[in-house]
Amino acid sequence: MDRIYLDNAATTPVDKRVLEAMLPYYSDVFGNPSSLYSYGQEAKKAIEEAREKVAKALGADADEIYFTSGGSESDNWALKGVAYALKDKGNHIITTEIEHPAALNTCRYLEKEGFKVTYLPVDEYGLVKPEDLKKAITDKTILVSIMFANNEIGTIEPIEELVKIAHEKNVYFHTDAVQAVGNIPIDVKKLDVDLLSLSAHKIYGPKGVGALYIKKGIKIHSLIQGGTQEKNRRAGTENVPGIVGLGEAIELITKNLDSHINKLTFLRDKLINGILEKIPYVRLNGHPTKRLPGNVNVSFEFVDGESLILNLDMAGICASSGSACTSGSLEPSHVLLAIGHSKELARGSLRLTIGKDNTEEDIDKVLEVLPQIIKRLRSISQIV
Amino acid sequence: MKESTRRSKNFFMKKNNRVVVGMSGGVDSSVSAYLLKEQGYEVIGVTMQIWQDKDEEAVKVEGGCCSLAAVNDARRVANKIGIKYYVMNFKDVFKEKVIDYFVDEYLKGRTPNPCIACNKYIKFEELLKRAWMIDAYYVATGHYAICEYDEERGRYLLKKSVDTSKDQTYVLYNLTQTQLEHILFPLGKYKKDEVRELAKNLGLPVASKPDSQEICFVTDNDYGKFIRENAKEEIKPGEFRDTRGRFLGYHKGIIHYTIGQRKGLGISAGKPLYVVDIDAENNVVVLGYGDEVYGDELISYNNNFISIDKLEKEMRVKAKIRYTAKEQDAVIRPLEDGKVFVKFDNSQRAITPGQSVVFYDGDIVVGGGIIERKVR
Repeated sequence: MDRIYLDNAATTPVDKRVLEAMLPYYSDVFGNPSSLYSYGQEAKKAIEEAREKVAKALGADADEIYFTSGGSESDNWALKGVAYALKDKGNHIITTEIEHPAALNTCRYLEKEGFKVTYLPVDEYGLVKPEDLKKAITDKTILVSIMFANNEIGTIEPIEELVKIAHEKNVYFHTDAVQAVGNIPIDVKKLDVDLLSLSAHKIYGPKGVGALYIKKGIKIHSLIQGGTQEKNRRAGTENVPGIVGLGEAIELITKNLDSHINKLTFLRDKLINGILEKIPYVRLNGHPTKRLPGNVNVSFEFVDGESLILNLDMAGICASSGSACTSGSLEPSHVLLAIGHSKELARGSLRLTIGKDNTEEDIDKVLEVLPQIIKRLRSISQIV
Repeated sequence: MKESTRRSKNFFMKKNNRVVVGMSGGVDSSVSAYLLKEQGYEVIGVTMQIWQDKDEEAVKVEGGCCSLAAVNDARRVANKIGIKYYVMNFKDVFKEKVIDYFVDEYLKGRTPNPCIACNKYIKFEELLKRAWMIDAYYVATGHYAICEYDEERGRYLLKKSVDTSKDQTYVLYNLTQTQLEHILFPLGKYKKDEVRELAKNLGLPVASKPDSQEICFVTDNDYGKFIRENAKEEIKPGEFRDTRGRFLGYHKGIIHYTIGQRKGLGISAGKPLYVVDIDAENNVVVLGYGDEVYGDELISYNNNFISIDKLEKEMRVKAKIRYTAKEQDAVIRPLEDGKVFVKFDNSQRAITPGQSVVFYDGDIVVGGGIIERKVR
């Protein structure tokens, strides 16, 4: 059976060009970047080139980019690193109810470490209200961490405005841009964010590598002690092929960002409109326009999301609902609960995230299969 | 496969050969999945996530958000057999129908059997519903029992497994005709040793796993602690009294006692004392001597009948009052409100409210119900 992959917010396939760029660094150029001889220097050079590519894509300087093992590490580093560095200044952190678990659970951990955390609510579209942030900041606030775009419902937050509010009170601003990078033009200088997390595998790069942008002059502690890699801020022999892959991936995606966004937006709107047209008792989750170009998230009344995903899987369509537990079973999404869904409705949600390899035929196929599945599930749940 | 000539009573679903097998990661359910695949069914393995979120401390020590060992085992088996496999979330319904029931019954001074509740509400109701949702006509489990259609009676029958020492019909007496139409028990005709041997020969990674014991959600077997942690009310100590109401001492909370219990009472008397009654309303545990633990009449409620549509007149059966009890000769007769009066030929030890009484006619399960009380 031909499979249609519509879970690009979960991960993306590695672009062939990215893979080719990476391959030499597993074997031919295997040196440790810290070594002085040529093998090492070649590896070091590759890392620095990748750093420049990431910096260029974000409008940052190369020495503001630090490579990590991925989005989760970047979020952990930003939150814990700033919290520990500024704990003499204050103990208050502000974030939102709809963050990715990488940020959310790090905040919960910090609460146990004695920090106070405010979790800002969001409106029905998942947008943070700037006045809420303004009100939440106290003289003890040391960090605001708000995601650039939500991974589940795709809502894009008004980051530029929120950063201004934080900076008026001299508070650092971190954003988890794991979903935003490669889907929205980003210029860290224009946005003026202090820290920004990103990940390679969401932009057709490899898993296990990401980066944290740390603006010059920002005070932050290291989480991993050891060697002097990453200017003494993140120890451990560099994941050279991964870093090369990240550099290549981010360069490729930003080079044609406009046409990428246009394509995804077209397919997204076709899918959203098709679903709303063909299926009754459905609502779109997230903002209609302030949303990631590839994100579709809808809730169906009287439908169990888990059964829906399994039915789609059996029809060859890879989709997701809620957030998967380690075991693979589904929980009602905290994001949908935060935008005001009941637990029941939150269970009946479906996320389809479009990527660069999807076609209009894929969307047509979903629009053909999905209404039948929904109809059948509803007829069963009416009876039993 | 079941006879295809018979017309399905199920009006919204066409018969197909897709089956959801509830997989626990253990030997029995693994072999069930294998046997069904061999028989030509399209098998989908499902592990029901029924365990609840652990507290933070447990996560720190054991890692993960849930006990993943079972899932990992089941997934490995599914890969080995070559079947689809999913984990489905049953946390909320399991909490409501099994865990809360379990705790509430103990608080009422009764001794519940949570496996019976789980089979009734979770495995053969919720899981079956989910199976239908993915267009699977059947649900199968690794229970040792036989499910057959009897042309003469025009009914599905539940029968004891060939390996009577492993027979699990006691915990399955609540099955309805509709459920039985959609159930497969592939192990009913196998002996446990054969099942283990099959698992071993297939190289199933679980071949040497011990049989599961005790209550699956009370992981440390300390059910008293489990109830204290999950009860909405405080467990208060109270009084031991004898059958004539005389004060004998103090107990540590009624949830710690069951009918017939002798150990752990902490009361010394000339002759051994046993728990003969639990009076939850007054928080009293009643103790008596050996003969006072016995009785020969009981009333059951929430009855379900399988081999007959309903009990209309007296019927001679064999009945057993707990999973491990031997069947005994008895006569059952209907009471008002669907209750059943059970009179044993000989007196039975420790008729325990909350446990189930199950009626047999030879190998056939007639039905059963929950013991409301001992009459005398």
